[in-house]
Amino acid sequence: MPMTSFVASQPVVRFDIERIRSDFPALQQDVHGRPLVYLDNAATSQKPRAVIDRIRDYYVRENSNVHRGVHTLSQRATEAYEAARARIARYIGAPGTHQVIFTRGTTEAINLVAFSYGRNRLKAGDEVVISTMEHHSNIVPWQLVCEATGAVLRVIPVDDDGALCYDEYQRLLTEKTRLVAVAHVSNALGTINPVRRMIRDAHGLGIPVLLDGAQAMPHMKVNVRDLDCDFYCFSGHKMFGPTGIGVLYGREALLEAMPPYQGGGDMIETVTFERTTYNALPHKFEAGTPHIAGAVGLGEAVAYLEALDFEAAARHEQDVLAYATGRLAELAGMRFIGTAPQKAGVLSFLPGDVHPYDAGTILDQLGIAVRTGHHCTQPLMKRFGIPGTVRASFAFYNTREEVDRLFDGLRQVQRLFT
Amino acid sequence: MEDSSTIADRERQIIEEFGYFDDWMSRYEYLIELGRSLPLIEDAYKTDAYKIHGCQSQVWLRAERDNGHVLYKADSDALITRGLIALLIRVLNGLTPEEILAADLSFLDRIGMKEHLSPTRKNGLSAMVKQMKHYAVALHA
Repeated sequence: MPMTSFVASQPVVRFDIERIRSDFPALQQDVHGRPLVYLDNAATSQKPRAVIDRIRDYYVRENSNVHRGVHTLSQRATEAYEAARARIARYIGAPGTHQVIFTRGTTEAINLVAFSYGRNRLKAGDEVVISTMEHHSNIVPWQLVCEATGAVLRVIPVDDDGALCYDEYQRLLTEKTRLVAVAHVSNALGTINPVRRMIRDAHGLGIPVLLDGAQAMPHMKVNVRDLDCDFYCFSGHKMFGPTGIGVLYGREALLEAMPPYQGGGDMIETVTFERTTYNALPHKFEAGTPHIAGAVGLGEAVAYLEALDFEAAARHEQDVLAYATGRLAELAGMRFIGTAPQKAGVLSFLPGDVHPYDAGTILDQLGIAVRTGHHCTQPLMKRFGIPGTVRASFAFYNTREEVDRLFDGLRQVQRLFT
Repeated sequence: MEDSSTIADRERQIIEEFGYFDDWMSRYEYLIELGRSLPLIEDAYKTDAYKIHGCQSQVWLRAERDNGHVLYKADSDALITRGLIALLIRVLNGLTPEEILAADLSFLDRIGMKEHLSPTRKNGLSAMVKQMKHYAVALHA
């Protein structure tokens, strides 16, 4: 893979992996009597102590409802919540803080766009373009909206190596296309999609683009202004923050024009039984008491990433991925699913004739956490003619030694089942 | 011989067999071995209608009534799952629907594998047990 040579040709940046690992309490435990090897980061990442402490601290010192109270705690909570938003906005290069809307996660962010933007703009015959490698979260909301509006879902096919068929993508962009919604990085294959080019091509025809960034955020610095995307969705828990919190970034003009998605507290300006006027961005889309502790925790996760030498971390992670790819290729009958030239964080495979479920169960006994199954990408699995894979997914805190443990574990698996 | 034994007898025997092994790897090897004795469902029944939902691997299960007794056949594409369902069938096969409905199958916790059964596998197992009991209810009529 190209990253191998990339790693080899770079000067070695000192990346203190032991210190990094010591920041993550969950990595310091034994599972079934062996040190945990956590390779299920694409499902959720572990949290640094700073994030855990920050959430605890929030409940100990600041807990109160936001945007309402005149009392001190409410002001503290509001400040912490809005400071988190501002930090996240800065981190992703959002032109305005109000363009960062807190959601429960990527899934809710996509649903928000599908229902608020899609449902109001799409009509019969319009087309929404997604890809074969989408997570169910970036398929089903569009199917629901298409059902309701008569719009049609068009799907970009995937090559045998797990890259998007770019020619097909270009063919699918027509005067009927109203939106493109694709993964920045594939959760099941690790493919990094050429989103800059995709956005440029879509914009050339005046088509807005939504990116599902859930799998990109933990592996790269994302700048929404550089990407020039119209919507960007991501989850806190996959980028070392807490569960239950995520972000929808949107272009201001689009967000302004979109009607509220849910009704309730915080999203209103005035309510009478005759007419309700809505609050301004971002509150228009944040009905009800938000996940304040989650937002504050996500802000802390971003602070952790900002303090990290992200370049070195990403290089280390690519090294571990390349090493794993080479090492596992030594195993008999190994079949990799997803070998695109540009990949991040994910190694999906079938270990010979062994069923992924059998492999995952035995690896767990050996203290190694991997994911098995279809990874919420059933159309993609169908494309490859397989029921599922074993997926090892990496974060910057994983090591070559852990890859060796995976390799040894898989050897035991193959001995047991063949 | 097994036909006249009670659920308790069968469970006791399985617990005893698993008791011979003192490490988890041997227990899994034995479980996989037991999977080979599974009364296999015919390929014609390997359809969606006979598939058990809630399992990560594919599991097909079918039952028929024979002189007031329930006979199961099954298969799975995962060998551990196949072993587990073979255990369940070994305990429940040839019993009456009443006996099957009353079975609590707690032996699974006592064969030294409880701590090794992952939560998702437990879900799969409970889906299997539920489906076996559904068949017993259906064949009860």
